[in-house]
Amino acid sequence: MTDVRNREAHEAVEEASTYKYGFVSDIEQDFAPKGLSEDTVRFISAKKGEPEWMLDWRLKAYAKWLTMETPDWAKLQMAPIDYQDAYYYAAPKEKPKLGSLDEVDPEILRIYEKLGIPIAEQKLLAGVEGAEPPRRIAVDAVFDSVSVATTFRAELEKAGVIFRSISEAIREYPDMVKQWLGKVVPAHDNYFATLNSAVFSDGTFVYIPEGVRCPMELSTYFRINAANTGQFERTLIVADKGSYVSYLEGCTAPMRDENQLHAAVVELVVLDDAEIKYSTVQNWYPGDAEGKGGIYNFVTKRALCQGKNSKVSWTQVETGSAVTWKYPSCVLAGENSVGEFYSVAVTNNRQQADTGTKMIHLGKGSRSTIVAKGISAGRSDNTYRGLVRVGPTAENVRNFTQCDSLLLGDQCGAHTIPYIEIRNPTAQIEHEATTSKISDDQMFYAMSRGLHPETAVGLIVNGFAKEVLQQLPMEFAVEAQKLLGISLEGSVG
Amino acid sequence: MLKIENLHAEVDGKAILKGLTLSLDAGEIHAIMGPNGAGKSTLAYVLGGRPGYEITGGSVTFQGKDLLGLAPHERAAAGLFLGFQYPVEIPGISNVQFLRTALNAQKKERGEAELSGGAFLKIAREQADGLGLDMDMMKRPVNVGFSGGEKKRNEMVQMGIIDPALAVLDETDSGLDIDALRIVGDGINRIMRKPDKAVLLITHYQRLLDYVRPDFVHVLADGRIVRSGGADLALELERDGYAGIAA
Repeated sequence: MTDVRNREAHEAVEEASTYKYGFVSDIEQDFAPKGLSEDTVRFISAKKGEPEWMLDWRLKAYAKWLTMETPDWAKLQMAPIDYQDAYYYAAPKEKPKLGSLDEVDPEILRIYEKLGIPIAEQKLLAGVEGAEPPRRIAVDAVFDSVSVATTFRAELEKAGVIFRSISEAIREYPDMVKQWLGKVVPAHDNYFATLNSAVFSDGTFVYIPEGVRCPMELSTYFRINAANTGQFERTLIVADKGSYVSYLEGCTAPMRDENQLHAAVVELVVLDDAEIKYSTVQNWYPGDAEGKGGIYNFVTKRALCQGKNSKVSWTQVETGSAVTWKYPSCVLAGENSVGEFYSVAVTNNRQQADTGTKMIHLGKGSRSTIVAKGISAGRSDNTYRGLVRVGPTAENVRNFTQCDSLLLGDQCGAHTIPYIEIRNPTAQIEHEATTSKISDDQMFYAMSRGLHPETAVGLIVNGFAKEVLQQLPMEFAVEAQKLLGISLEGSVG
Repeated sequence: MLKIENLHAEVDGKAILKGLTLSLDAGEIHAIMGPNGAGKSTLAYVLGGRPGYEITGGSVTFQGKDLLGLAPHERAAAGLFLGFQYPVEIPGISNVQFLRTALNAQKKERGEAELSGGAFLKIAREQADGLGLDMDMMKRPVNVGFSGGEKKRNEMVQMGIIDPALAVLDETDSGLDIDALRIVGDGINRIMRKPDKAVLLITHYQRLLDYVRPDFVHVLADGRIVRSGGADLALELERDGYAGIAA
């Protein structure tokens, strides 16, 4: 793998590529043997120096996974995945643990720069002294499968916040991890979550103690950087009573010809009066215009709003991946708990997205809001699939759902599939859905004012998605706006 | 500045413009009047470059350039502004953002320095004031929730901000009450009545011409200019109608 990495060739590819972030860096990798077996699971666990209980947990998940079948209910067409034809672990070569960011491999920093990681974070990563960044974000950078560096750890710890790679957390806070891991998304939850449970390579663990408002936004950048390496991230965030945290997850991946599998699991636990705001910008390689290559993105994200008045807000901007299968959900168990889902999903060329949310209302007076915006272009398919369920003892539940689809061209598809299951007569459920096209009038009007057609589409699409974009933290919102434009390049003209 | 020669255009295979010839010099305001279906809006769209309008003959030269060879956004950058009869709504994008992006795109195309946010807002505020539009409206999404009159005034604000060499205004007076008509008329004079600019004013009625006095009036009927004259021609048309001329 490493011997084919010719810098010049990659740069030429990058220049020629319409996918701005399609590049490969040449950091030496440390691979698990190809394919998936019990040995692979043991290899990963050993590589991470995990305790016995963790290995057992993984092995049980693996045994369960062998008995499961790929779900086929999503509106996705894809070739079967050969799980033996992939690597399940790749890490930058073993190094002593870094004391400061200055010690981070310059090659990694160079990649962050290429990715256009916000200046504030670049400064943090570069370890600029004195200059206070405009907003403070702690970055836990997941480079391929291992967290490379964590910033601001000391200050976070002063506040009692634990922000660790999940591997570190398993070693340093085993009791806490044991208490919560798999409690929101059980190891046997679904095919992809179970696979993740067996082979997750790294991810993030966050604990916000009682009454603490996390002093900065927490951010993890995911990158898939090795050919044929599935990325199996595991994120666990626990917000104790009365606490608050805003967590940002952003992703870009280098260009590849073979499809790459990604199956992440994110679990959020929210106790009484606590709140988690979880924002994602996903820009993995979507494949080329003919649908060759691209990431397969099968993600299980779920929040347990366990406490009274607990709140979770999912915001996602999904522009990348060849196939997206993702339903960030809220189990609203606590009385008066609140779940929100704000989503923009863009599909272009041959991309397929089947995404939405589940709001499971169990607590009295729980409320949820769903705003989903789908933008389809090229020959893509974009499906919103969402469940609103109200349990029999959940009195006075309210839900508002709005699904808007925007079509560019006449060869793409937009589908809205709401599932509504109400078992309590006091529930108030509203569902609105619209489908529209960018009109010729709008395009001509914008162009007659001097806008290039692609800029015009970008503006119109950003306007369409505004309700969702404004939920994002500022830095992310700017990045996301650019992404929407970039993702739709070539869809007009 | 603008030279239209023997222009033929059709929409959906139907000939609309049938040999239109017209010439505007800098410093001039021309009014085009004519009955419904004469091809007035088609002329505006053809000049703006709207897709779906097929040029089947003739030429249009704008400041020495072949206008018909340019895409709509290139025409804008070259100095052409098209005022819409029915301004279009763009939800979610503020007027300010829309116009700043558009203006800077034009400047970039012309190789000029782009305007900073502050400099742009100053211009936007001046122009909004000039047309009696509240700056808060400029921060609202493009034309969304605007009344008919507000949309037309917004067109003029846009024209003021973009500051074009040539404005083609398609029935800018339609849907305006008498006060708004005066405000819009004053706006056109203030922004465009300059030695280096020209206006092509497309209208049904004489009433806008009370405020914007044209140097030339042309009658468009059945795809051709059938009569040209001075400002008095408009009064004559108002009195006698198009029937005699178009026949």
